[in-house]
Amino acid sequence: MLRDLYITLRYFVTTFGAMTIFLFELLRHTPRVFFKRFNLVVGQVYNAGALSLVIIMVSGLFVGGVLGLQGYDNLQRFNAEDAVGTFAGFALVKELGPVITALLFAGRAGTALASEIGLMKATDQLSAMEMMAVNPVTRVVVPRFIGGVIAMPLLAGVFSAVGLLGAHLVGVTLLQVDVGAFWQQMQQTLEVKDVVEGIFKSFVFGMIASLMAVWEGYNAIPTAEGVGRATTRTVVITAIAVLISDFMITAAFLKG
Amino acid sequence: MASAAESIIEIEDLDFSRGPRQIFKNLNINIRRGEVTAVMGPSGTGKTTLLRLITRQLVPDAGTIRVDGVDISTLNQAELYKLRRRFGMLFQNGALLTDLNVFENVAFPLREHTRLSTRLIRHVVLTKLHAVGLRGAADMMPSELSGGMARRVALARAMVMDPDILIYDEPFVGLDPISMGVIVRLVRQMNDALGISSILVSHDVQEISTVSDRSYLISDGKVAASGSPDELNRASSELVRQFMHGMADGPVAFHYNAPNYAEQLLGRDTE
Ligand SMILES: Nc1ncnc2c1ncn2[C@@H]1O[C@H](COP(=O)(O)OP(=O)(O)OP(=O)(O)O)[C@@H](O)[C@H]1O
Ligand SMILES: [Mg+2]
Repeated sequence: MLRDLYITLRYFVTTFGAMTIFLFELLRHTPRVFFKRFNLVVGQVYNAGALSLVIIMVSGLFVGGVLGLQGYDNLQRFNAEDAVGTFAGFALVKELGPVITALLFAGRAGTALASEIGLMKATDQLSAMEMMAVNPVTRVVVPRFIGGVIAMPLLAGVFSAVGLLGAHLVGVTLLQVDVGAFWQQMQQTLEVKDVVEGIFKSFVFGMIASLMAVWEGYNAIPTAEGVGRATTRTVVITAIAVLISDFMITAAFLKG
Repeated sequence: MASAAESIIEIEDLDFSRGPRQIFKNLNINIRRGEVTAVMGPSGTGKTTLLRLITRQLVPDAGTIRVDGVDISTLNQAELYKLRRRFGMLFQNGALLTDLNVFENVAFPLREHTRLSTRLIRHVVLTKLHAVGLRGAADMMPSELSGGMARRVALARAMVMDPDILIYDEPFVGLDPISMGVIVRLVRQMNDALGISSILVSHDVQEISTVSDRSYLISDGKVAASGSPDELNRASSELVRQFMHGMADGPVAFHYNAPNYAEQLLGRDTE
């Protein structure tokens, strides 16, 4: 029992350590890759973004709609249904935008990245690059990592914007909340600090989701089964890491 | 023993294990400059592993590997990459980059390491593709190629930087007799015309004897026999004769280590 705990703990610590080293390795190469292989980075931003854009817009629309419904239901009990815009804005910009986008991103773009890199490893493509004196970390891994880190905040922004549209459709169009109240209250209450919190979160989540995806792919056991397992783990670990760090960031921003 | 001037790669007392399984024990091999050296051996003896050791994709447990007299375990990453640019390697399954088309795959090393103009790159790539008979496939994606075609493209890619040492892992598998003849001649021609040294892994005893200057037969982690194709053909050793003439029974077990067949069928091994 105690031994099991020890083994699990040791595994956790070593993996976390290795991941941190890997992250520093990626960050070390980031400036050079960004300037020298800019077109690869752009391609990866496009890739990650294009893969996730549609599901993120659809999800954003419906999450916003639900916020409109729930917010209205809740707020009208206090005769404050005008505040539904503020309610939705807060929820989307600070929480749901970054978090749900990160989860969807992990499920769509993250799995694609992990399995792509894993397959490249399994089919000796990474070894072939090594043999052609090309570092696969700078050619394959870093551009995908940067691409994900850049794409995530953009996607979270899209999610929040479409979400607000959904809340508007439900709140204003369907439930007849005053348009002016809906938007003006939101603008007055939502502070720069809140927006910064949202952007900061989506940036951190982007790092987490991209790091997990490329880590799992790069360290996958190079077989069909190993790549499959890496893909699954990408989603699970990203989800857990995002939710835990969301709590911590929220707490930090409340205090600060 | 060959002197350093004659041998381009020297492997001395090499040990290597994968987990509990010892793949090489005390392996000694000399690859001579300007020759085609064949490495033969039963499936699973570690021929691919040997190539990965020579190019330091894997690191030996003990022993030294010298390329041009330099112990490769002492190289740092930059020096290693510099050395690798002198190698061209054909992987067993081609290992083409799946997100690039055939042309770009062959152009890849040129784009990474040279500042040649687009026109010159085009010229070089098409020449190499022509040599393997696939100039017409330049626009195809790797997923659209057959196994044999993919290996020929990979061969074009391996040659494109004009390496000093060409390494082929099973280049003849999956080729029809015509392409096979062309590739065999190409291997020989490149070796002689460009003064390359070649290492060739293959099971194909027939083809090997036409193309190689010297062969090593590896079995059980050691060199079981070496010499020119003629010498091997005339060798009296049971093992060599078994391999060269493709007999199932002999010192080389056709079967991977397993419990007694009859006993296992009768279910006695589980008791
Ligand atoms: N990644 C690995 N992990 C553990 N064992 C491995 C790994 N790769 C190869 N092996 C083992 O090492 C041994 C040698 O493998 P290798 O691929 O070098 O054989 P080979 O001589 O090239 O065979 P073939 O002619 O079939 O290609 C095999 O027994 C294999 O089981
Ligand atoms: Mg092999």
